[in-house]
Amino acid sequence: MSRPKNQNYKGHGLSKGKEREQRASIRFKTTLMNTLMDVLRHRPGWVEVKDEGEWDFYWCDVSWLRENFDHTYMDEHVRISHFRNHYELTRKNYMVKNLKRFRKQLEREAGKLEAAKCDFFPKTFEMPCEYHLFVEEFRKNPGITWIMKPVARSQGKGIFLFRRLKDIMDWRKDARSSDDQKDEIPVENYVAQRYIENPYLIGGRKFDLRVYVLVMSYIPLRAWLYRDGFARFSNTRFTLSSIDDQYVHLTNVAVQKTSPDYHPKKGCKWMLQRFRQYLASKHGPEAVETLFSDMDNIFVKSLQSVQKVIISDKHCFELYGYDILIDQTLKPWLLEVNASPSLTASSQEDYELKTCLLEDTLHVVDMEARLTGREKRVGGFDLMWNDGPVSREEGPPDLSGMGNFVANTHLVGCFLNLKRPWIGTPGWLSWLSSCLRLRS
Amino acid sequence: MRKAQGSWEKRILKSLNSMCTELSIPLARKRPVGEQKELLNKWNEMGTDEPDLSLFRPVYAPKDFLEVLINLRNPNYENGDSLSFRTHLGLIQVPLKVKDIPELKEFFVELGLTTGQLGIDDSTQVPPELFENEHVRIGQKVLAEQDSAAAQQYIRQGSPTALRAELWALILNISSQPEDILYYEQLKTNVIQHDLLVDSLIYKDVKLTASNDDYYFVFEDYLYQVLLCFSRDTSVLGHFAYNSASPPKSYIRGKLGLEEYAVFYPPNGVIPFHGFSMYVAPLCFLYHEPSKLYQIFREMYVRFFFRLHSISSHPSGIVSLCLLFETLLQTYLPQLFYHLREIGAQPLRISFKWMVRAFSGYLATDQLLLLWDRILGYNSLEILAVLAAAVFAFRAVNLMEVTSLAAAEAVLADLSTLKVMPLLQIFLFATVT
Repeated sequence: MSRPKNQNYKGHGLSKGKEREQRASIRFKTTLMNTLMDVLRHRPGWVEVKDEGEWDFYWCDVSWLRENFDHTYMDEHVRISHFRNHYELTRKNYMVKNLKRFRKQLEREAGKLEAAKCDFFPKTFEMPCEYHLFVEEFRKNPGITWIMKPVARSQGKGIFLFRRLKDIMDWRKDARSSDDQKDEIPVENYVAQRYIENPYLIGGRKFDLRVYVLVMSYIPLRAWLYRDGFARFSNTRFTLSSIDDQYVHLTNVAVQKTSPDYHPKKGCKWMLQRFRQYLASKHGPEAVETLFSDMDNIFVKSLQSVQKVIISDKHCFELYGYDILIDQTLKPWLLEVNASPSLTASSQEDYELKTCLLEDTLHVVDMEARLTGREKRVGGFDLMWNDGPVSREEGPPDLSGMGNFVANTHLVGCFLNLKRPWIGTPGWLSWLSSCLRLRS
Repeated sequence: MRKAQGSWEKRILKSLNSMCTELSIPLARKRPVGEQKELLNKWNEMGTDEPDLSLFRPVYAPKDFLEVLINLRNPNYENGDSLSFRTHLGLIQVPLKVKDIPELKEFFVELGLTTGQLGIDDSTQVPPELFENEHVRIGQKVLAEQDSAAAQQYIRQGSPTALRAELWALILNISSQPEDILYYEQLKTNVIQHDLLVDSLIYKDVKLTASNDDYYFVFEDYLYQVLLCFSRDTSVLGHFAYNSASPPKSYIRGKLGLEEYAVFYPPNGVIPFHGFSMYVAPLCFLYHEPSKLYQIFREMYVRFFFRLHSISSHPSGIVSLCLLFETLLQTYLPQLFYHLREIGAQPLRISFKWMVRAFSGYLATDQLLLLWDRILGYNSLEILAVLAAAVFAFRAVNLMEVTSLAAAEAVLADLSTLKVMPLLQIFLFATVT
C-alpha cells in the first residue's frame, strides 16, 4: 500500500483499509416510509430486515432510541442514525445552556472577540427557572416582540408571539386551569426567545433556510456539510402588526400547509442555489460569501459547544437539519437544529434533493467500506470539520493560521453537478465545448 | 402584413367585447370610495386577493396566434407548382429574408469560441484569472463612466450577476428621476380609482402562470403592481408609431362609431394574453423598487417584447423569428426536420411558445438572464430563434427516436437544466456546416 504523500493529513477515520471487511449484503431496518425507504431499497446489496431480524444498519426514530439504545448490543460494523443524547443539541433549552457555557469558556480562553462569534442565537431564557432573568431583560427592552416556544415540539406546534408580560401571565393561568388538556405541554418546558423583528424579506415574505449537516463523530469532531438545501417561505406578507397570525411568522412547511393561502403546487420553497443567485444580484458576491462563511461558523460552533457532552459512540452518526434565519443586515441566526429533519418530499425537486442527500449520507457512512478515509468531498457533502478546520486547497493544512485559508465548504458556491455528465446532458456539452476551445 | 395584423386585432377585440357582454362587466368603471381605500391598503399584497376568476378566459394564447401566422400568405408571391429543394417545408409560408449561419456568425461574433463568455468561462473549472476577473473589472469601469453604448457592447459577453441590474438600466436609459417616480405614483392612483376588465385578465394570467412557477411565485405581488399600472400607461401608445399593430379602440357607451367618443382600450393599447406576466417575472430578480421595476419592464416591452406578438416584417418580429428557426433547422438538421414533419410534429409548433415568451419560464432564471443580456447587447431578438434551433440540435438524438407529436413534446418539455451559452456557441461555431 503506497504511503500517503502528506503524512500529517488525518483521514476522516472511516476506513482502516484491509481491516474493514466487505460485507456480502447489508441488512437495513427503518420505520420511515418516505424518500428514505426508496433510497435504501434501491441501494445495491442492501436488504430490508423486518420485525425482529438482526440488522447492520438502522435508521431509527428517536423514541426507539430512547427506549432501546442502552440495552442493544451492536457489533463493530453496525451503524445507527442517532446519537444517544442528541437532545443536547436539538432541544432548545439544552442547546441554549450548552451554547452559553461554551461561550463563557471561549471568552476565558480566547477573549471577547472569539466569544462574540457565538452570538448567533437570539437571547433565550428557559421557563420557568430563568423567569426572573427574562423579566429583567424584558424590562430593559420595552416594546420588543418575544416568541415562546416549546422545547421539544416540532412543526411549529405550540408557538406564539407576545409583547406584554400580561400575555404570558394569561397563558400560564390558562395552561394551569385546564386539566383535561392532556395534550398541552407543561409550562416548565418552554423557552422565551427574542423575536427577530427585521427578517430579510423576499417578495415581502419571510423565509428561513434549511441546511443539512452530517456528523460522523463528536470525539474527534467530524462533520460534513451538504452543498444544497432550501429556503422555506411563509405564504403571507410579513408584518409586525399581526403577531397572532401564525401563518405570517412561522415558516415551517407544516404550518404553511394549513394556511388558507397554501397551494400545494407552489411548495413555497426555493432551492438554495436560486436564493444565492438572488442575493448575489442584489448585494454582490462578497456579501454572499460573508453570509455563507458566517453560516459555517454557526455549524461549527454549535457542534463544538456540545462536543464534550454528547456520548460519541462509534456506531452513531446523525444527519441534522439546521434552521437558519437571515436578518436585514444579512446576519444569519440559528433558530434550531433538528435531529430528524423531514425526509418526506413536497415536490419533484424536493424529492430529488432528498434522494441525493440520503444517497450521499449513506456513501459517507460507508457500510460498503469503499472510502479511503482521505476524502474531502463525497457526493454533495464537503468535509467541513475534521478535528480542526479543513482547507479547500490540497497539501498540508495551514497550521500557521495565516495564508490563504479557504474553508472546504461549497454551500452552493458552485454549480452542484450531482450526476456525472454522460452523453446528452448539459455537463457533457460544456465539457465538450471546453475541449473544443482548447483545441482551437 | 398590416392587413393580417389588422384582422388579427379585430378578432382579439371581438373576443374581449364578447367576454365583456357575456359576463356583463363593463370594460371600465370607477371604483367606489370604500373599494379604493381597501385596494390602497392591500397594494403590497394583492396576491392574497382571491377574486372569482373562473369565468374569465385569457383573450388568446400563443397557439391561437401561431395559427394566424401559419395562414399568412403573400398575395404577390408565386411559389410555383414544382417542389424544388429550396421549397420551405415549415409552417411559415411568407418569404422574408432571414440570416443564415455564416451571417449569424458575423452578427454574433462576440459569442465565438475564442472570446470569453459569462455562462461558460465563469464555470468553476475555469480559473477566474483567465477571464472572469478582468470582465468584472471592465464592467465596473463601464458603469463608472455611465457609457450606455459601451455597456451594450460589453454585455454581449454576458453581465456579472452583481452588475446586471445597473447595466440593464444604463443600456435602457433608465434612471430613477423624481419625475419617473411621480409618474408611477400617478399610474398607481389610476389603478386605485378605476377598475378595468383587463385587470381581471391580468389577475388570471398571474395566477395561472407566475404564481404556479416554482420560483416566481414569490414575486406575485410585484407582478400585479407592475402590470396593473402598465395597462393604464398611455405613454406606451407611443410605440405604436413603429409597431405594425394599432391599439384597439373602444367607444363610450351608446356612441359606437363616433370617433370623438373613441378611447384606446386598454389605455396603453396592449391586450394581455396568456403568459404575458412572464415578461415581468424574471425582472423581479433584479429590481426591487416598484417604480424602477416598472420602468425597466416598460422599456423592455416597447423595445423588444411587443415584436413577439404583433405581425410585421421586422427581422426581430415573431414572423421572421419563426422563419429563421425553421430555416436553420431545415438547412442544418434536415434529417431531424423531415423526421419530425413526417410524424406530424412540425418543430415550430413546439418552439413557438418558447420564442413568444422569450424563453421566460422555460429556462432556469440565471440562464434566462444570460440570454436576455445578449438580447440587449445585440438589440435583436434573433438569438431566440437561434437558441430554439440549438435546443433541437442538442436533443436531436432523442428526437429522432420519437414517433408522435406528444413524444416530441415530452423530450422538449423540460429546458430547466440547459445551459444556453454552450448550446449557442456549439450550434453557431462548432457545428460542421
